[in-house]
Amino acid sequence: MSTFVLLTITGLGLGAMYFLIASGLSLIYGLMGVLNFAHGFFLTVGAYGTWWMELHLTGIGSIWLRYMIGAAFGIALGALVAGVVELVLIRPLYQRHIEQVLVTVGLAIAGTALVQAIWGADQRAFVTPPWLNETTDVLGAKVPNDRWLEIATAAVVFVLLQLFLRRTRYGLIIRAGVENRSMVQALGIDVRKAFTLVFAIGGVAAALAGALSNVYFGSVTPERGTSLLIFAFIVVVIGGLGSLGGSAVASVVVGLSQQYANYYGSTGMGEIVVILLLGVVLLVRPRGLAGAVAT
Amino acid sequence: MSRRTWEIVLPASLVVLLAFVPKISADIPRLFNGPLNSPGTLQLLALCLLFGGVALTYDLLFGYTGLLSFGHAFYFAVGVYFTAIALTKWHWGFGPSLLFVAALGLVLPTLIGAVSLRVGGIAFAMVTLAVAQVGAVLVIKNPRGWTGGEEAFGTDYAALPDAFVGVLNTKNLYWLALVYAVAVFLIVRWAVESSPGRIWQAIRENEQRVEVLGLHPHRYKLMAFVLSSFLATAGGVVYLLLQTGPTPHVTSADFTLTLLIMVVLGGAGTKWGAMLGGVLYTYLNNRLGAVGDSSTVQGLPEVLRVPLSEPLFLLGTLFILIVFFAPGGITGLATRGRRPTSMRQLESSLRAERAEVTAPVQTTEEGA
Repeated sequence: MSTFVLLTITGLGLGAMYFLIASGLSLIYGLMGVLNFAHGFFLTVGAYGTWWMELHLTGIGSIWLRYMIGAAFGIALGALVAGVVELVLIRPLYQRHIEQVLVTVGLAIAGTALVQAIWGADQRAFVTPPWLNETTDVLGAKVPNDRWLEIATAAVVFVLLQLFLRRTRYGLIIRAGVENRSMVQALGIDVRKAFTLVFAIGGVAAALAGALSNVYFGSVTPERGTSLLIFAFIVVVIGGLGSLGGSAVASVVVGLSQQYANYYGSTGMGEIVVILLLGVVLLVRPRGLAGAVAT
Repeated sequence: MSRRTWEIVLPASLVVLLAFVPKISADIPRLFNGPLNSPGTLQLLALCLLFGGVALTYDLLFGYTGLLSFGHAFYFAVGVYFTAIALTKWHWGFGPSLLFVAALGLVLPTLIGAVSLRVGGIAFAMVTLAVAQVGAVLVIKNPRGWTGGEEAFGTDYAALPDAFVGVLNTKNLYWLALVYAVAVFLIVRWAVESSPGRIWQAIRENEQRVEVLGLHPHRYKLMAFVLSSFLATAGGVVYLLLQTGPTPHVTSADFTLTLLIMVVLGGAGTKWGAMLGGVLYTYLNNRLGAVGDSSTVQGLPEVLRVPLSEPLFLLGTLFILIVFFAPGGITGLATRGRRPTSMRQLESSLRAERAEVTAPVQTTEEGA
């Protein structure tokens, strides 16, 4: 029983990170039709921004404060990079989806290589606030505390995004744009402003996932963005491209099945189960669980 | 001589020239480390030719049929890994191993393609990515100790024909890579000019229209998928012979992205372009490291030196620039000179047509 609880909470923690990456990917695809391969790079920017800031804040004694400021810096950097990428690289190729995807592929490769050139290919240790490394007893299971941070953050982001999409004017434009972009434009609304906004929001969420992944794995490496991105893609497709709720459900499903299969099956089984799940969903319901947008 | 004759004479003389490279001891400073016929240079040239061919197999899918696959690495890796496993772990002979891999190279893409081609566009890209990820995970998982996990393993040299073993025989491997590249080129040329090949290009342009004409796109897409995957598997076998053993890198999604970059770099939907892209990318990826270590770059301030020492940073940036400023790739740049006139003619004739079509509509509107 205690193992099961531990696996469940760890799976939810992993799912939380998937959700943070997938939410941005899903919104970007839903609104703009761009499969953003550079999203993993936004995560890397957030992770290295957090790490770098924390390392250089030697004047501050409290490790919690250093982590928080570091994360805030990383997130701001992620939003900035994502916004600039949209303005400079994606916007000029408006409506040319294949070219846009190719540019994000190039950016992902060049960006990861740049980080690797500056800080090396090996992983760097990350200093975590000590409480996050301790464990809490839940029904006899010793659960590492950082899992709570990941789950809580993802839940807050989910609620905030929903509020933003349902209660604000920009949210309305984005939702309408996902449904029918040309109609929104025909009504005289400049959807392109929403594009930059959606990229920046995606950058914030991905950078947040980066800051959290530093704690989850206890280190930073240039490759992590790419490896998490593949699972985020799977989450987005299972959940239904463009649907935030679908992504949330799918990230929980993917995170949990990965943990259970890896423990009760054998190592590596989790990844295979998730991939098979993707295959089945695509063949049975090509539009994903939520089925909001045609692929 | 007519254009058609030139189209045969020029490539043929290029192949003959390339075939004589192992006999030329000339030193080309800066471009290569050591004379042309030194094993190091031949090894690099063989890799370039091999990836020229492999890039063309990807172009058959992406450029000619319009199928964006993120799992092409899987079929290449089947050739690399199963040849190595059959030779080293199962102790089969070279011939039976090749037959086995050839059979796999036909059966796997037929089964996987039949299922995954039921969906199109981004969904197809994702299914192919998923299949390739299964392969990548299995290789790392090391079932029964066959794949060797992240460390992989070295091929058993005793099982290979003597002609392909040893530094002195690098020239044979070079010729093998040349034969592979030429074979892929001829097969792809024959295939895209055959009648199914025309349907592949029609599917790329407008799949619905092909369906309306009473043809089954699924069948033709599957043909392209199996042919392209089989040729990639063959490329994997050549790659294994060129290397000391398999590496997990060939199973990764990054590897497929590399192929995509090669094709776009050279020019998607063109045979020479895709090959040139593969050759150029492989060459730059191997040689740009040397540029980074050179004294000119080492003398630069850190802001410039650090990015310049990373080949993938330069290649990624070059790729973005190509997508922006030369959408047709390198071959597109070369033919750009004569395109504007025909494009302008096309545009003006379109405009004339549109004026004819819209004119009566406008009058009726005014009347109403």
